[in-house]
Amino acid sequence: MILVILETPISKAGLESLCCATKLGDTLTVGLVGAAAQEAANSIGGCGARFLAVEGEPYSVSRYATDAAAAEALIRASGAALAIAPCTHRWQRALPGVAQRVGGAIDTHAVDISPGSVRRWYYRQRIEVTLARAATPWIILREPGSGDPWQGVPAQATVERLDVTPPATRTQVEGIEAQAASQQTIRPDAALLFVAGAGWTKKQKDGAVRTSEASELILQFVNRTGASLGSSKSLVDQSGEGQAVLPFLTHLHQVGQTGSTPRHRKGLASCCHGEEPHVVGWRFVNERRAINLDPNCGWARGKADVLYVADAFEVLREAAKALGQPGAD
Amino acid sequence: MSYQIVVCGGIAPDPLQTLEPVPGPALKNEMMLPHVFDPWAAHALYEAGHLAKLNPGAKVWVVSMAPKAKLQQVMMTVAQKLPFELVPLDGPPGGFTDSADVAEALAAAIRTIAGLDLSRLLLFGGWESATRGAGTTMQRVGALLGITEQFLAVDQLEVRDGGSLRVWERLEGGRQQVSLCSGLPAMLAWATGHLPEPPNHPPTGMANGRLLMPALQKAKPAPAGAGCTFLDVSLPKQIRQTVIVKDKPAAEIAREIVEWITQ
Ligand SMILES: Cc1cc2nc3c(=O)[nH]c(=O)nc-3n(C[C@H](O)[C@H](O)[C@H](O)COP(=O)(O)OP(=O)(O)OC[C@H]3O[C@@H](n4cnc5c(N)ncnc54)[C@H](O)[C@@H]3O)c2cc1C
Repeated sequence: MILVILETPISKAGLESLCCATKLGDTLTVGLVGAAAQEAANSIGGCGARFLAVEGEPYSVSRYATDAAAAEALIRASGAALAIAPCTHRWQRALPGVAQRVGGAIDTHAVDISPGSVRRWYYRQRIEVTLARAATPWIILREPGSGDPWQGVPAQATVERLDVTPPATRTQVEGIEAQAASQQTIRPDAALLFVAGAGWTKKQKDGAVRTSEASELILQFVNRTGASLGSSKSLVDQSGEGQAVLPFLTHLHQVGQTGSTPRHRKGLASCCHGEEPHVVGWRFVNERRAINLDPNCGWARGKADVLYVADAFEVLREAAKALGQPGAD
Repeated sequence: MSYQIVVCGGIAPDPLQTLEPVPGPALKNEMMLPHVFDPWAAHALYEAGHLAKLNPGAKVWVVSMAPKAKLQQVMMTVAQKLPFELVPLDGPPGGFTDSADVAEALAAAIRTIAGLDLSRLLLFGGWESATRGAGTTMQRVGALLGITEQFLAVDQLEVRDGGSLRVWERLEGGRQQVSLCSGLPAMLAWATGHLPEPPNHPPTGMANGRLLMPALQKAKPAPAGAGCTFLDVSLPKQIRQTVIVKDKPAAEIAREIVEWITQ
């Protein structure tokens, strides 16, 4: 029997985990965690699972102590040998500690789950591994965006509520902070990832550093294309070193070995060299293009589909014209 | 407040090195590859050093598991940066070990630190390693030490009057969750944090160095198994044939890019 652990309301990543679990050919239990479970259970009622829930105000926020208590109770009550949850921040924080408590095993960032095995990446997306485990319960966190969401019909569900006394906690969630949509980093819903590299702040062929022009061109491009903005490490590190910087970039934008691994279908790199520690973050970006003055940069060596050997300042200026809609900035 | 900060961190091959898996699984010539202190754990260490500097009497320990000889090389470099005491464990290299075994070894080592008050512990580490990349070890260590206040992918920590902690955790989609934790013990697994790599500071290097070698000599063996059967370990198969476009006017490139984006 497989347990799928989901928060309410059920996110797209949650529906993907559910879809994946339904394909494994075993009976299903869905364990819901949140303020109230009935509506969420009904929304996926057609999946034919047994529904368990840990509900109430303490479980409405993402917090280790309460999430771990809820998930532990669900695993124990279900008796499942396999538990699947989306590899979101909430479950990646809570479930490893739960694995420890229940004496189980855990794998994260799974991109493929088959009966008895899991595929995931090691060494920051540089080595691909398929593995199997004998230990139970086996908790698998499934990488969002690596499969289709469940698309069945809603149906009235019978929910069995577990009585879990909220654990004592010293942590109070104050809220969520988000940057302006246009400057957000890895917005998963954007079709394009636009990556700015340190070249934007380097001396250009006329001998000048043109940081404010770079800022303007980048923001204009991102706003007009609706792209998600990413960056290389070198560029975001500059702010810490007191150099000329692009003020809207922070470490949250960093893609690569010590940054994020976004999943946009298309990616365009500009003024970025395409070094291995950066490009490992592009593992799941399928179509890749780059603009760089250097024909021997990393992108040229099988890391991009197309490398435009050109001045990114000029190309983005022209792109702004081609994209039009100046009012959109 | 005199903080007791334990930073857990392993070592990882320098990211510029070419990696090739060999049966085991292991990395080809693993012991020959230059290594660095695991990058996200390094961020945790810089944050710990900063906090200790602002709070006289605070102390930083680094608990690290790796082959002793490799650990020595890496620690010689890290020791130049900020004051800490090393608690080394002589364990297997690389990512093909299970976080359950690693966490058991780390938690056991932390329990042996003389003078450490676990009820006041600030447990730091990287949120994921650059080797196994699972992001599960620190939570397991926290669970083993009975720490119920845990934070993952921390970008910022504000220590407030009275000792409470305000923590910013990195969520999906460039958002951050802000939480207030009223006191210790707590586990913070760091993302990038806010601090750059500290410059080398020779007097610190000298002071750390005096303790480093004796500690390494006493490093206890810490076996760690795979906990799983590896069915396939391989390099990504996808190879791109890069088309290199030269001598095209910028306007034409721009048109091509816009067309590609809107397809
Ligand atoms: C432990 C470790 C972890 C790391 N993690 C990461 C990581 O997570 N992410 C990451 O990005 N890096 C990471 N790095 C750093 C990585 O190795 C590179 O140093 C970094 O990616 C380089 O950034 P860049 O390409 O933007 O800058 P540079 O290497 O400075 O390249 C700038 C590029 O801009 C081009 N250029 C300049 N002007 C123009 C112009 N007008 N038009 C077009 N092109 C122009 C130049 O030709 C050059 O190729 C890591 C390194 C280490 C050691």
